[in-house]
Amino acid sequence: MTKQQEREKKRKRQQIIRTAILAVLAIAIVYTIVVNVTKDEDIVEVGDTAPDFELVDLEGNTHRLSDYRGEGVFLNFWGTWCGPCKKEMPHMEKYFKEFEDKGVNILAVNIAESDLKVQSFANTYGLTFPIVIDKTNSVRDAYNVRPLPTTFLVGPDGKVKKIIQQEMSEEQIKAYMESIMPS
Amino acid sequence: MSSIKCECGHLNPEGTDICQNCGRPLSTEEKSKKLADMRYDGAAIRSKTHKRTVVDKIWNFFSSVKVGVSIIIAILVASAIGTVLPQVFYIPGGGANEAQAAQYYEDNYGIFGKLYNALGLSDLYGSWWFMTLVGMLGISLVVVSLDRGIPLYKSLKNQRIDRHPSFLKRQRLYGEGRVDDPDAVMKKAAEKLKGQRYNIREKNGALLAEKGRWARWGPYVNHLGLIIFLFGVMLRAIPGFYVDESMWIREGETLAVKGAPGLYLENKGFTYDMYTQENTDEVFSEAIDRVGTVASNYQTDVALYETPEGALPGSTNAEFVKEYSIVVNKPLKHEGFHIFQMDFKLDEISAMTFALEHKETGESLGELTVNLANPEKEYDIGNGAKVELLDYYPDFSGFEDGEPQSATPVPNNPAFLFKMTTPETPEGETSFVAIRQTLEPLGENTYKLSFQKADTRNVSGLTIRKDKTIPVIVLGGVIFMIGVVQGSYFNHRRFWIRKSEDGKIQVAGHTSKNWVALQRELDAVSDYAGLPAYTDQRDKEAQTDKMEGDSRS
Repeated sequence: MTKQQEREKKRKRQQIIRTAILAVLAIAIVYTIVVNVTKDEDIVEVGDTAPDFELVDLEGNTHRLSDYRGEGVFLNFWGTWCGPCKKEMPHMEKYFKEFEDKGVNILAVNIAESDLKVQSFANTYGLTFPIVIDKTNSVRDAYNVRPLPTTFLVGPDGKVKKIIQQEMSEEQIKAYMESIMPS
Repeated sequence: MSSIKCECGHLNPEGTDICQNCGRPLSTEEKSKKLADMRYDGAAIRSKTHKRTVVDKIWNFFSSVKVGVSIIIAILVASAIGTVLPQVFYIPGGGANEAQAAQYYEDNYGIFGKLYNALGLSDLYGSWWFMTLVGMLGISLVVVSLDRGIPLYKSLKNQRIDRHPSFLKRQRLYGEGRVDDPDAVMKKAAEKLKGQRYNIREKNGALLAEKGRWARWGPYVNHLGLIIFLFGVMLRAIPGFYVDESMWIREGETLAVKGAPGLYLENKGFTYDMYTQENTDEVFSEAIDRVGTVASNYQTDVALYETPEGALPGSTNAEFVKEYSIVVNKPLKHEGFHIFQMDFKLDEISAMTFALEHKETGESLGELTVNLANPEKEYDIGNGAKVELLDYYPDFSGFEDGEPQSATPVPNNPAFLFKMTTPETPEGETSFVAIRQTLEPLGENTYKLSFQKADTRNVSGLTIRKDKTIPVIVLGGVIFMIGVVQGSYFNHRRFWIRKSEDGKIQVAGHTSKNWVALQRELDAVSDYAGLPAYTDQRDKEAQTDKMEGDSRS
């Protein structure tokens, strides 16, 4: 009887070892597959802390994202040649003044274009919000921005609330700005 | 779990073929054979011992060598099919856009192409089912090794010296006979075997000589190497272990290195050299005649900069690290990153020179050169004349609502909106200048900007790679090879010699491979010690000599 019990105990132990080995292997494999299959190169995802950066605007002022902690940041990546950018930026300008007092800032990051080109664009559309130029693509790479325009809504806590990879309508811009207003 | 009780009184686990104590055959299958199945020394393969829960069922599935071989075959077949059409990273656009890639396969290869892409064969190593297969192979390797390796190890470790006569009788090399002085024969045999570097153990008038047992672990060491190899490949999925990016950088530009935060690269110049009839020996002469040009060098001279630890993206405090000339197969190496020369584009327009001319007289007031990467607002021509650059369109694509448009930021078709001010025209005249096209939107002008020349620059395509998994993969490969050598070039050899009270001597021999050498050793021992003659019993049975470690499940 004791031998029987002993064997039963041994068998149980073996069961546990087997289950553990299979579980570890299965987890490793599933993890690998999931990471590989879902690898759509989005370095920054909703819920992540928006990577900090510092860039200089057309007036020569340095803007550091973390300086805006406590306020919402409407972080818009754009190019002068991009059609949807031309359409949405006047709408952004419209709400810029209104929301600035409510704690929502606009930061428009141009991707590596010349000062003249960016300045003439700002003049053409009468843009007054800060426009910074990412001359080395380092901020673009940190956010892995692919299509332009891409907009990151950064909440007062510094976390990314939403990523918009397309043109935004006037109503959407307003709603997005309201969504990142500090309470 | 039931167990099998041997005649000697030893309890063996279910599935045991040969009593682990005395060596008597246990299973009916084993009893029916003339020769003992020594593959796992008759030990029960673990998966055979019980089949109850789901875990056991999964375990048994992967423990089957048949299943393992099937997985390997499936991987081979899939890999072979994966070579039929180009993989997604070789098609135009590199498959960055999935819809575009799908369209490409359908357009170029029809229904087959569509199916091929839909099944994930176009991105084989990235498809979930291929990864699953490789993962299953990994599980199979682990389970098979544990399932067979552990019982074999235990069986060999605990093997009895005085095996039952029936065990000896059922070995492939076997002989028996009477000798005058059994003790003297045994002693001399032991002496000779020791000289052959056998490890001798004696008990109750029985002798076990053994050498090279470690050769039996060859397959398991081999499996361990494979598992480490697969683990290394798996590590690539973890961020920071593996980087494979590419970037374009124009001459004169300083850009962040893609995939390597904190590193910046300045392109100091791209060189594309060719072999010509003048500068080459005979070697390429024929080829140059045939194809026109043969490249001799692609080179990007770069300066590497790095921002201090903790610096933010966009900060401009990068410090100079080193200069380097990247040529094909000679990458720039820094902090585990390798930056390779991969591609190039020649002669992108970088600057345009215009002359400010009087339209009627053709008299030139001077020239200005617009640097397209960094155009200036105003150019002082001298002689009281200046030209303002109101706007610049790098890739002019036409007008929309009277506004000039640029399709891309690349200077494929530069166009400019100039305002020319001269002493003769102090109010200024506006001119829109594009290639082969000049518009005067605000009325007839007195002056014009006539194109003089264009400067060009080259663009280098670089690939950035980092692979921290290489040491793990190399380690796996080395262990794999050690296992192969261990199992292939070394043999596990054993002799059992036993005397009975009536002066009879039994001798039996077994080896994992290379029976000829075993026989040669036994011949030498027999000659020296006068052991009874032996025979190779397999000859009588005409059984095929299966290799050790082969499947039986």
